[in-house]
Amino acid sequence: MWQWQTQPLTWSTFLAMLIGTVVILLLALGVVTYGILAERKVLGWMQGRIGPNRVGPFGLLQTVADVLKLFIKEDVVPAAADRPLFLLAPVLAFVPAFMALAVIPFSMQHIFTAGIGTGLLYYLALSALTIHGVMLGGWASNNKYSLIGGMRSAAQMLSYEVPLGLSLVGVALLAGSLNLNDVVRAQQHLGLWFIIPQFLGFCVFIVAATAELNRTPFDLPEAESELVAGYHTEYSGFRWAFFMLTEYVYLFAMAGLTATLFLGGWSGPWLPGWLWFALKAAAFFFFQFWLRNTMPRIRADQLMTLCWKVLLPLGLVNLVLTAVLKAVLLKG
Amino acid sequence: MDERDVVRTEEMLLNVGPQHPSTHGVFRLIVKISGETILDAEPVIGYLHRGTEKLAENLQYTQIIPYTDRLDYLAAMLNNYALCHTVEQALGVEIPERAEYLRVIVMELQRIASHLLFIGAYLMDLGAMGPFLYAFQERERIVQMFNEICGARLTYNYMRIGGVRWDAPPGWLDQVREFIPYMRERLKMYDDLITGNEIFLNRVRGVGKYDTETALAYGLSGINLRCTGLEWDLRRKKPYSIYDRFDFEIPVGKNGDCFDRYYLHLLEMRESLKIVEQAIEQIPSGPVLGKVPKLIRVPAGEYYSGIEGARGEIGFYIVSDGKDKPYRLKIRKPSFVNLQLLPELLRGESMSNLLAILGAVDIVLGEVDA
Repeated sequence: MWQWQTQPLTWSTFLAMLIGTVVILLLALGVVTYGILAERKVLGWMQGRIGPNRVGPFGLLQTVADVLKLFIKEDVVPAAADRPLFLLAPVLAFVPAFMALAVIPFSMQHIFTAGIGTGLLYYLALSALTIHGVMLGGWASNNKYSLIGGMRSAAQMLSYEVPLGLSLVGVALLAGSLNLNDVVRAQQHLGLWFIIPQFLGFCVFIVAATAELNRTPFDLPEAESELVAGYHTEYSGFRWAFFMLTEYVYLFAMAGLTATLFLGGWSGPWLPGWLWFALKAAAFFFFQFWLRNTMPRIRADQLMTLCWKVLLPLGLVNLVLTAVLKAVLLKG
Repeated sequence: MDERDVVRTEEMLLNVGPQHPSTHGVFRLIVKISGETILDAEPVIGYLHRGTEKLAENLQYTQIIPYTDRLDYLAAMLNNYALCHTVEQALGVEIPERAEYLRVIVMELQRIASHLLFIGAYLMDLGAMGPFLYAFQERERIVQMFNEICGARLTYNYMRIGGVRWDAPPGWLDQVREFIPYMRERLKMYDDLITGNEIFLNRVRGVGKYDTETALAYGLSGINLRCTGLEWDLRRKKPYSIYDRFDFEIPVGKNGDCFDRYYLHLLEMRESLKIVEQAIEQIPSGPVLGKVPKLIRVPAGEYYSGIEGARGEIGFYIVSDGKDKPYRLKIRKPSFVNLQLLPELLRGESMSNLLAILGAVDIVLGEVDA
């Protein structure tokens, strides 16, 4: 449709880019708003409760009300905190999260998102940047719980970046491209979602992704019962909201990535591409909510053991298998 | 000392509580950690101290009963009974049969409610959200039944010296009867969902281990003692009330770790259901309050009797000088006694095991602080 990315930079293409960015931002905010509501509703139903149902019809405006409340809250900065870093941390965490959304192909045509050739690498690089925000937040708060939370977060996210990356290499190998749209096209061409030939890779990916997202059972950085709230213990009001927003934007991005890499992205019969994409992403969301309700938290040392001794070898095995598969079956 | 030195120091004092989500009330623990290893832990208690023992000295025996509700507020029926039982022993009054049966039924239901809450809260400590709310559904049914029989959901004030205050309302016993198969079904579900969860097993197996000798040296009782393999249950060893009439087993652990403590809670609920089932079948009709003088004067002397509470041996020690109020009342609080072992258990453990161990000790701060 719009080929604004390949056009030379003029005022009109600049305007188009700006509009595109704003649309994606609004989309992300909308998804996050209703993602949180859906999470609370689903959790409620799973636990024999009703979930939020007071604000608006069926509680549809609950998150809006929550966000408004956060807006009017006092922005507290602890006296002993490292002020500049404390103020900077939520922004550092949030900006890469939003930037990572730029490469997720929501539909067949890149309407608003960038179709850059190194999409996968770009995503991995940006998601690694967020760790700085989280760690700085934990450090700058000058609170022991925050510090432990921040450090755990950094250790966890960095470690799990490795198996995550490895599981993605398998997909890239199979698709022959790092461009996310090409990955979808490759699946369309193959007539098979990559979840089947890459099943081992998918298993590694889904575990590593859950750990990357700091969600149950890997929610150690903000383990309520141990660390109060982890790295954002001292944050309040809108700075806290930024951290929360980061988490849910990553959930959205990871859902998009899962759908794209393993579930065929926007490809699918009858329905329009964006709807297929939305359905697949929603399935990932639901899976995460489900985990949250059922799983206890894994212990810190077991977390590291799982990463380095289980996921990493599995990822490597998957890589070798994929290479063999590609060399023997698809070429020969 | 400038800031750099602070950063370089390897040991860190971490103040867990009293306002911390998982200390089950207002419990404070000062933990000295080096990296993730706990070097020392010091429990600080007393935030909920109300001076129950002292208050009791100015109260008539019947008036003390509501104060016992507020000790271990998760097992108020058992506390009620422990006090009444001690006074009854001192007076030598005869309790009507129906009252004894009603007491056993509510006490065992109470044990189930308390154990359910333990399992829910323990899983919550370990990061699982669902079981807590699941456990509350069953507990709600029990609490509703208690509400019908005595008009309160938590602080019952149901027992009296010589019996119970109210007879069961019409249909109440049927409700309990219907509850038993339902609860059995749910227990099976818990067993599948929780005991079958690999992550949970990895967190509790072999964690917070101690042996029978240590347990006895620290005076532990209840599940905290039985998890080490010693079969010590006052319902069997020093039968009180009418427990000798029922057929039930005393589950014991093997390893004395957190898993055993969790699993015994589950098994004990099954046994409690058995007792309730038998009691419902055998319950006679008749009065529910024995012949007791209006003004209860305990003959001068010292009396103690302990019963098997939800958390261990709860006992009341009464020193009477023959008046209508105790000269001194001392409560043996199982949570308080069990808590003593905590620093010993935590030393040398990893920080991430802290809550798994603290949770399994199963304290209720209302009882610890009294």
